[in-house]
Amino acid sequence: MLLQIRDLTVEVAGRDVLHDVNLDIGPGEIHALFGPNGAGKTSLFMAIIGLEDYKVRKGRILFKGKDLSGMPVYERVKLGIGLFFQRPPAIRGLKLRQLLEICCREKVDIDKLVFELAMADFLDRDVNYGFSGGEVRRAELLQILALQPDLALLDEPESGVDLENIALVGRGINRLLERGMPCKDRETRAQRSAIIISHTGYILDYVDADKGHVLYNGTIVCSEEPRKILETIRKYGYEECMRCLRRT
Amino acid sequence: MPSQDLKKRAERAREKPASFGPDLDLSVYDPHPRELPKTSLTSLSKEEQRALLEAGIDPLETNRSGSYLQMNRSVVFCQTRAEGLEILSTEEALKRYDWLESQYWWKALEVDEDKYTSFVELNWQRGYFIRALPGVRILRPVQACLFLAEERVAQAVHNIIIVEPGAELHVVTGCLVSPALKSGLHIGVSEFYVKRGGRLSFTMIHNWGEEVAVRPRTATIVEEGGIFLSNYICLRPVKSLQMYPTTYLKGEGSIAIYNNLLLAMPGSSLDVGGRVFLEASGSRAEVRTRAITKGGDIWTRGHLIGMAPNVRAHLECQGLILSPSGLIKAIPELEGRVPDVQLSHEASIGKIAKEEIEYLMTRGLTYEEARAIIVRGFMRIRGEALPQELQRLIEEAVKASTKYLL
Repeated sequence: MLLQIRDLTVEVAGRDVLHDVNLDIGPGEIHALFGPNGAGKTSLFMAIIGLEDYKVRKGRILFKGKDLSGMPVYERVKLGIGLFFQRPPAIRGLKLRQLLEICCREKVDIDKLVFELAMADFLDRDVNYGFSGGEVRRAELLQILALQPDLALLDEPESGVDLENIALVGRGINRLLERGMPCKDRETRAQRSAIIISHTGYILDYVDADKGHVLYNGTIVCSEEPRKILETIRKYGYEECMRCLRRT
Repeated sequence: MPSQDLKKRAERAREKPASFGPDLDLSVYDPHPRELPKTSLTSLSKEEQRALLEAGIDPLETNRSGSYLQMNRSVVFCQTRAEGLEILSTEEALKRYDWLESQYWWKALEVDEDKYTSFVELNWQRGYFIRALPGVRILRPVQACLFLAEERVAQAVHNIIIVEPGAELHVVTGCLVSPALKSGLHIGVSEFYVKRGGRLSFTMIHNWGEEVAVRPRTATIVEEGGIFLSNYICLRPVKSLQMYPTTYLKGEGSIAIYNNLLLAMPGSSLDVGGRVFLEASGSRAEVRTRAITKGGDIWTRGHLIGMAPNVRAHLECQGLILSPSGLIKAIPELEGRVPDVQLSHEASIGKIAKEEIEYLMTRGLTYEEARAIIVRGFMRIRGEALPQELQRLIEEAVKASTKYLL
């Protein structure tokens, strides 16, 4: 198993935001994570990557068999976890090109990536500064492509993006997860895994997820075939998920 | 030679305190140091050469159009390497050109402005005269260095730069103390003239010492279509620095841009501003300051005065507090005197945003690495189409100082 989450309870500012979460992700698997606003989806990602404010109160997270508790963020990244932010901050004075160089540590041919994602104009601009919603997503995508993580945590990659850009982002994610990377020195395997948080489900028109989960009030309440979950949510909303749960 | 009238006015202002900054006791410094012999840049000691380099002065003069080095009161090296460029001491220049005194000497600044302008007039010790002849574009920087070489010396220079019509000139001034030296006083009166369609970039890098007091007095007059760009970098400890350089945009469509990059270490006090009088229609100005405190105090001032129709100007200050003590105080002033002006300002002061550090950590950096990158990014001076060599030189100078910061 690549990622194993066991009975995870996470606290932020004195309040539990996740309770007893259990989740297994195998190599090469893509999982979709659904849930209403405030359900704890982003918090789960932040806890996996290890940000300071997200304190694991109970349970543990294992990645490649290693217990992540107490491990600093950069070591988790080196171990192969990559995070695509939904709302990344802007950083004045740091060019996107410089950030990509930090991400890829010379493993990836940045120019080729940039060409394919039509991001050449952004390389010499300050990271996320004055970027539109679509540009922010594409910049995040470039970074995650440069990071080449074994587990990609994709936080609403389609939010605030027009249809044309969703296709572009979708293709980029596919590229990351299926077709390997334009490496300078080696072809990497296509055994990457991902968790994709999606509010609308649009991204799943481009990326085939193997499993779906609904997170509600900090707990995974349902694990199903992703299309089925999506259909229910689209038709009936999350209330129906709750009704369905009460029935079972 | 300067007239008796100037001397009289200077005498009357001998005790006149400046509008800003702590009042200095000038009597503790020696304004009459001995003359030093002529030398070459490469015959200075290794330590001194390194100090020059860190202040943007290349002892080998690589890609430089000329050099001027004044140690204490003495001009020890002066050389022009470009056609249409004049570099002299102001003493020499006043002898050579009789128009200099009548047209340029104390014409942008008032001799009785305060005790510091007065001090320079009464204890005048040369300074540089740099002039680009009409239509000549000199893209390689001219380097001018004002060097305090002995303990408790007062350096009182009067500099003049003239960019004749249609000419372009880039000057980098490195002001520093000998590495072994601690205390001293530097007062530089600088009057710059950018004629019609001329372009002057003036980059000043200050690498002073913990006990050095500094009072530059600078004013620039820009004619029609002229551009004046000032980059000021002070990232080393200094005891007390106060300056409020002023530009008078007198010609239609003229432009002034100030970039100030300041760092206050514990015990340092910096009071730095930028003031622009927009006197002609269509003129434009920007004053941008990046201020960082690691325990010292910074007052950053800006003053834009819109006096003609269709002028546009902006003040910007960003402050970063990197230690529990220290002060950054931004004091912007906007003054519109006619209806059709567009003046604005923005300022923010704070610590490094945690979310920015964490974002970079998720790209594989440690906390310290992420923090250093954000601070370096904060310190990046936005280039205004500077020649490559000058841009590189500024980046090097900032980089050389970063080690004191992180």
